[in-house]
Amino acid sequence: MLKNKETQEKETRKEMMLKVSDIDPKFKYEISKLPGAENVLLCFQCGTCTADCPIARFNDLYRPRKLIRMVQLGLKDKLLSNDVIWLCSTCFTCIDHCPQDVGIADIVRALRNLTTKEGEMPVVYKELASNIRKTGYAYMIPGLRLKKREEEGLPSLPKANVENLAKLCDTTGLSKMLEKVGT
Amino acid sequence: MPESKYLLFLGCVIPYRISSYEISTRKVLDKLGVELVEMPEFNCCGFPLDPINHDMMLTLAARNLCLAEQQNLSIMTLCNGCFGILNHVNKELKEDKKIRGKVNEYLKKIDMEFKGTITVKHLIHVLAQDVGFEKIKESIQKPLNPLRVAQHIGCHVVRPAKYVGFDDPENPTILKKLIRITGAECLNYMDEMECCGAPIIGVNDKIPLQLAREKLDHIRTVGAQALITVCPFCHMMYDLNQPRIEKTFNEKFGIPVLHYPQLLGLAMGLNPDELAFKQLRVDASKILTN
Repeated sequence: MLKNKETQEKETRKEMMLKVSDIDPKFKYEISKLPGAENVLLCFQCGTCTADCPIARFNDLYRPRKLIRMVQLGLKDKLLSNDVIWLCSTCFTCIDHCPQDVGIADIVRALRNLTTKEGEMPVVYKELASNIRKTGYAYMIPGLRLKKREEEGLPSLPKANVENLAKLCDTTGLSKMLEKVGT
Repeated sequence: MPESKYLLFLGCVIPYRISSYEISTRKVLDKLGVELVEMPEFNCCGFPLDPINHDMMLTLAARNLCLAEQQNLSIMTLCNGCFGILNHVNKELKEDKKIRGKVNEYLKKIDMEFKGTITVKHLIHVLAQDVGFEKIKESIQKPLNPLRVAQHIGCHVVRPAKYVGFDDPENPTILKKLIRITGAECLNYMDEMECCGAPIIGVNDKIPLQLAREKLDHIRTVGAQALITVCPFCHMMYDLNQPRIEKTFNEKFGIPVLHYPQLLGLAMGLNPDELAFKQLRVDASKILTN
């Protein structure tokens, strides 16, 4: 059943209200230790990142400035369970334009890394990671394509050292992570 | 002396579905006397793994860099994504001892060590800096005028500026110069630096399709007969996905999208079949009659 406007507005207001219990005061320090995220506390909310973000132009929910503010406030749970963190297309315009040298796209990457650590990631990343672990390539290159390369006079594709790849997946923790998400 | 021999880093998406880029690049570089050496072994540059596990991205990239170091050759990539990652990691590991130590700890498991002895270049760096505009100019046999095109250089070959340090990310001119050498006119258009959106198409296809539609619209407005790219992901968005964009937005574009080496190859007098024009999704025959 469709909710009436008033109920909807009430729910949105409730959703937007921040509770002290939602705040993890240490979160900003946790994030600022991750590579590229060191300057997260320097953000003074000018909004250049959002204004120049190509994704924000076509999506009402993706707002890089808001994500950085949420990090500063320590809204860890709201951030890590939020699908919008997967919308950054890593064009790096925000990084180049930020007057405070905040690595916005890198902070979004740090949020994604923390989410995958909890065992959640979009299906497409599971596939890419599993392809890389199995073949070295991000996509499963069909046998037909390999045959066509020969016909086109192209050299055969270099192969991956799958054994070494597996060792690297294990030592960096990727294997465990993929096990956790069921790949 | 500028280098003339590189280790070719093909990446994943080119052998998967964009071999026209590889075919035309090999043809053109051969004419320019650039020697390409195949990777002895390969694994993905690491780009798709950065969102999942930053350490694994660093390690995968570093492993490719080590393979190049063993050959004592600099890497040349065709893909902006591969360039962005490999160049960034190469510079970071050269400068930051702490990260380098950590990555080398991982690499120890496979008896490898990052030493920091090579550089990473994209095809357009090789053309603009090492081959040089003069030499390219000398190779032109069939200037392409009055062809009018637009360029899309893509993001990772110019951003983030502090890691790339090549061309002006707000107003990149290198690809434009490379295009003008062929005799074609390179038109300016609105929002030239707008991202193609390809990296998120597996998560959300609506946004990238809208971004790509807008780019096609902008270049149509200025009367460009073709779009020129230097990245397989960008190419995929505008060429392979163009019919899908047309269907989604009920709009007809029919704008051919060429890899830069295809354009250069034409101007060198190579024939379109040699340059794999037939593999393009959007028919480019109408610009070939010029």
